[in-house]
Amino acid sequence: MKILVPLKRVADPDNANKVKIPASGATIETTGLEWKPNPFDEYALEAALRLTEDGKAPKVRAGEVVVVTFGPKETETTLRAALATGADRAIRVDAADDKLDGHLVARALKALVEREKPDLVLMGKQAVDGDSNQVGQILAEQLDYPMATFAATMKEEAGGLLVGREVDGGVITLRVKFPAVVTVDLRIVAPTSVYSMKTAPAFKYNDGVRFAALPAIMAAKKKPLAEVKLADLAADQGLRVTYHGFQAPPARKAGIKVKDVTDLVNRLKNEAKAL
Amino acid sequence: MAVNEPLSLDDLIAIDSLLSEEEKLIRASVRRFVRERYLPRSAELFAKEQFPTDLIPMIAEMGILGGSLKGYGCAGMNSVEYGLALQELEAGDSGLRSFVSVQGSLAMWPIWKYGSEEQKQRWLPKMAAGEIIGCFGLTEPDAGSDPAAMKTRARKDGDGYVLTGTKMWITSSPIAHLAVVWAKVDDGDASSIRGFVVERGMKGFETPTVHGKMSLRASPTGEIVLNEVRVPAENMLPNVQGLKGALGCLTQARFGIAWGALGAARACFESVVSYARERVAFGGPIAAKQLVQQKIAEMAMEIAKGQIMGLHYARLKDSTGITPVQVSLCKKNNVGVALEIARSARGILGGNGILLEYPVIRHMLNLESVYTYEGTDEVHTLILGNALTGHNAF
Ligand SMILES: Cc1cc2nc3c(=O)[nH]c(=O)nc-3n(C[C@H](O)[C@H](O)[C@H](O)COP(=O)(O)OP(=O)(O)OC[C@H]3O[C@@H](n4cnc5c(N)ncnc54)[C@H](O)[C@@H]3O)c2cc1C
Repeated sequence: MKILVPLKRVADPDNANKVKIPASGATIETTGLEWKPNPFDEYALEAALRLTEDGKAPKVRAGEVVVVTFGPKETETTLRAALATGADRAIRVDAADDKLDGHLVARALKALVEREKPDLVLMGKQAVDGDSNQVGQILAEQLDYPMATFAATMKEEAGGLLVGREVDGGVITLRVKFPAVVTVDLRIVAPTSVYSMKTAPAFKYNDGVRFAALPAIMAAKKKPLAEVKLADLAADQGLRVTYHGFQAPPARKAGIKVKDVTDLVNRLKNEAKAL
Repeated sequence: MAVNEPLSLDDLIAIDSLLSEEEKLIRASVRRFVRERYLPRSAELFAKEQFPTDLIPMIAEMGILGGSLKGYGCAGMNSVEYGLALQELEAGDSGLRSFVSVQGSLAMWPIWKYGSEEQKQRWLPKMAAGEIIGCFGLTEPDAGSDPAAMKTRARKDGDGYVLTGTKMWITSSPIAHLAVVWAKVDDGDASSIRGFVVERGMKGFETPTVHGKMSLRASPTGEIVLNEVRVPAENMLPNVQGLKGALGCLTQARFGIAWGALGAARACFESVVSYARERVAFGGPIAAKQLVQQKIAEMAMEIAKGQIMGLHYARLKDSTGITPVQVSLCKKNNVGVALEIARSARGILGGNGILLEYPVIRHMLNLESVYTYEGTDEVHTLILGNALTGHNAF
C-alpha cells in the first residue's frame, strides 16, 4: 500500500503566548516561534506507518509512506523528523507560508496525488493553528475520491478500508474503496485503532505516536527528500481566503474567590447570568 | 512596568547553532519521550520506589541502550548525540538516566571493549534490545572510593573461577540478568583484578535490594552477593587486567553523567522560573525580587557554562580524545553545580519545594547520589589536584 501524508508545521501550541501581532495588525510575527508538526498530522503519520508494516517486533515495512509539506526551506526539518519516525520518502512543495490557503493546498495536493498515485491520502482532520478543517474535504471533492473524516479506527480489507468515526451516541463505520482520502482524529493512535491486513489481530501498539529511534534519525539523512515548485502543481495560485487583520484575544480578567455556595449561586445567577 | 516573556535557557545558551540537524532531532525525540512517558509517572515512581521496567522496550527501540557503541545492534551515536539523550533522560529523573548509563557504559561497554568476539556476539545485541539487563559490581561495603582495597576474590579452579565476596550499592542489580563483577584473582593484589560476567541463575549469586534510600528511589539499587559462584573461564573478560579495566568503564559513564546532571538542573531551573513568576509575596511576584533574580541568574550562568564545557569536551572526545582528568573536571563541575541549583531552587519554591508535586525536591535528592557515585566530588578534586600539582593527595 502506498500512502501520502501531508504534514504542516504549526507554532508550538504549548507556547501560544509567544505568538506576537505587531501594532498594525497586518500579520502574525513568526520570528522566534518554535515550530512543531501539527499533532493531527503526526497521528496521520503514525496511522500510515501502522498500515504499512507487519505489526511485529521488530517491525518490517510492507508499503510506502510519502510525506509532503508546503513551505520554505526550513520546513524540511518537519520532513526530516517524519523520515526519522519511519516515513520512506519526502517532498517539499516550495511556497511562502502566507501565500497559501486551504483551497490552494488542496488544488496542489490534487496534482501531486495524480503524479504519485497513492492508494490513500491520510491526513489530520485539521491543523491546530487555523483550525480550518477543510483541506481533506476539498481534496476528496477535487479528486472525486471516496472520503472519511475524523477517523478513530481503520481496518484494512482487500481494496479498501473500514473506517470507524465517533459521532454523538455511537460509532459510524464507513467502507471506503481505494483510492481514498481519510482524515484522522486523535483516537486513531490508541493501541488497537489501526490494523493492516498483515497485523496480527491480537497485536497492540503503544498508545500514542512512536518516538523517532536514534539510529533512524541518523539514517533519515539518506532518505530521499525532493523539492517541487508550487507552480508545477498549481498554475493558478490565487487565494480564496484573504486576511483583513489580526488581533490578539482580549486578556483574561483575574478570577474572584467566592465566600460560600450561596454566594456562588447568587453570582452565577445575577452577574454571570449562567443560571 | 511591562512584563516581558522570559528568555528561555535554550535561547540564552544558544547551543543549537553548534548542533547538527540530527543532534537536534535526537534531543527532541528523547525530550518528547520523557515528557509523555516518564514525567506523568515520575512522582509516583519515586514515592513508591519503583523502576518502570515496562518502558525498557521503548527505550531500547529508540536505540538509547549502548547508544554510543558501534556494531552489535548498537546505534553508534557520537558523544554529543549520546550526551544530549542522557541530558533529556535526566531532566526526567536521575534514576532513569542511571539505568541507561549503567546498561550502556558500565555493563555493555566493558564487554564491547574488553570482551572476546564470542562474548560480544552473545550479549551485546540482546543488551541493546533491552532483553538482557546488566549491572556493574565494583564497590563493596568496605571499599568505595578506594576500589583497590576490594575483598572479592576469584579462585582459579579447573577450567573456571570460583567467586566470593559482596558488592554494595549496585544500580540495577535487583533487575539485572547479568553483572560485570570485578575481583582479585587468587590472592593477588590490585594488578590481578579481572572482570567477570556473572549470570543470573548461577548458583550462589544473589542480589538483595537496598531499601530505604531517600535518593534515586526510582532506580533499583542492590547488593551482589557471591557465595562460591562458579563462573566458566569463557565468562572472564580476556582483554584487560588490573584496576584500569573498571576505571575505563567509569571514565565512559562519568562523561555521560556530566551531561545528564545538567538535565536535572535545567528541570529545576524551569520549574523555578515559572513558579517565581506566578507566586506573589509582598504585593508582587517573587520573580521581581532582587534576591530571587540573583539566584535565577546564577543558575542560568552555571548551566550555560557547564553546557558549553560539555559540548567542547564531547567534540574533543570524538576527534582527538579526552583524558580521565578532563572527564573528572566535567563530572565534578556539572554535578556540583546541578546539586547547588537544585538546592537553591528548592528554597525558592518555599513550602511547595518539599512536595513531590514539583520536580525540584526529587532532583535535589537524586543528585545527592550522583554527587557520590562514579567518584565522589572529593575524589574528582583529588584527581584534578594530582594532575595540576603533580602531588598525589589521596
Ligand atoms: C545510588 C547509588 C548507586 C550506586 N551504583 C553503583 C554501581 O552501580 N556500581 C558500583 O560499583 N558502585 C555504585 N555505587 C557506589 C559508589 O560509587 C560509591 O558510593 C562511591 O564510590 C563512594 O564510596 P563509599 O560510599 O564507600 O564512600 P567512601 O569511599 O567511604 O567515602 C566517604 C567520604 O570520604 C571521602 N573520601 C574518601 N577518600 C578520601 C580521600 N582520600 N581524601 C578525601 N576524602 C576522601 C569521600 O569523598 C566521601 O565524602 C553507587 C552508589 C549510590 C549511592
